[in-house]
Amino acid sequence: MKVMPMAKVSIVVISHSKQLAEGIVELVSQTKQKDVIVAAAGGTEEEEIGTSVDIITKTINEVYNEAGVLLLFDLGSAFMNAELAAEMLPDMEGSVQIADAPIVEGTYIAAVEAGLGYSLEEVKNAAEKAKTWKKMDG
Amino acid sequence: MQLTVEALQRWIINTNEKMQENKEYLSELDQAIGDGDHGHNMARGFQEVVNKIEDNSFEEAGSLFKQVAMTLISKVGGAAGPLYGTAFLKASEQWKEKTTIDQETFGKGIEAAIAGIKTRGKAKEGDKTMLDVWGPVHTYVTNQPLERENLKKTAKEAMEKTKEMKAKKGRAAYFGEKSIEHVDPGAYSSYLVFEALAGSITNEGDANG
Repeated sequence: MKVMPMAKVSIVVISHSKQLAEGIVELVSQTKQKDVIVAAAGGTEEEEIGTSVDIITKTINEVYNEAGVLLLFDLGSAFMNAELAAEMLPDMEGSVQIADAPIVEGTYIAAVEAGLGYSLEEVKNAAEKAKTWKKMDG
Repeated sequence: MQLTVEALQRWIINTNEKMQENKEYLSELDQAIGDGDHGHNMARGFQEVVNKIEDNSFEEAGSLFKQVAMTLISKVGGAAGPLYGTAFLKASEQWKEKTTIDQETFGKGIEAAIAGIKTRGKAKEGDKTMLDVWGPVHTYVTNQPLERENLKKTAKEAMEKTKEMKAKKGRAAYFGEKSIEHVDPGAYSSYLVFEALAGSITNEGDANG
């Protein structure tokens, strides 16, 4: 089902590293997906390695629209903070989802799928398929 | 045994002192099987907690522990933030509107905290995590009178047992077999939390002043 006409799923990249999150956003911007917001939520408030629930919730709020928001994360505790952030936004229940996917490939695929106008669930499923892709298959 | 809100507040202040004293050691433990920031994170997180609570008087335990939880969630960048934050948040729900806490109520708070840690961390006892200290402490609290030395002993022995375990969760799991022979840093910081609690109760088990 395509979400019509305008709203497209937004994506938040959650990494322990601010630079890594911003780098992935930069990389994905290459796909030139119109109207898809891909935002970085990396590092802590002190700009140290780690993740911050406050930064994640703030970023979700900034990119939120009726199509929903997909969160991608790098390592374990980023997932915990992503989950906490989603729980702290009860008004958005169900429309903020976390993808279990490799962060680079997953974000890339999600941006493409979101650009094509797919629903949050479809974008999430597509991103999660990146887990089983073999990178070196000719 | 009755723990007053003041005694509980002192528990948290004592915990911060332990985290500051053991900051380097916790990071050393984390260096071996993690990313080396556990001491730094716990020391900063609990310092922020104390900054928030020390000049306030709380009328009941729920709001005290909610404040503790929200500060840890906000200020600790590593896994310890969401894990300890969720633990104290779940405990705060059990201690809501209580001006003193008896042992049974205290046990219920610890039980809720453990459920929260399990949900958040997708871990179970035996995975070489903080749960391997919280679990035995809960068993002790629900079966024996809360007493300073025994509480400390229970937490210490539980922490030491994580040395022989193979890590199944978190960054330490990447170390596999190599994680054996190292004490889990989260188990050690949890031991400090309960050692601080032991310091907040008297030998008779009553709140100390």
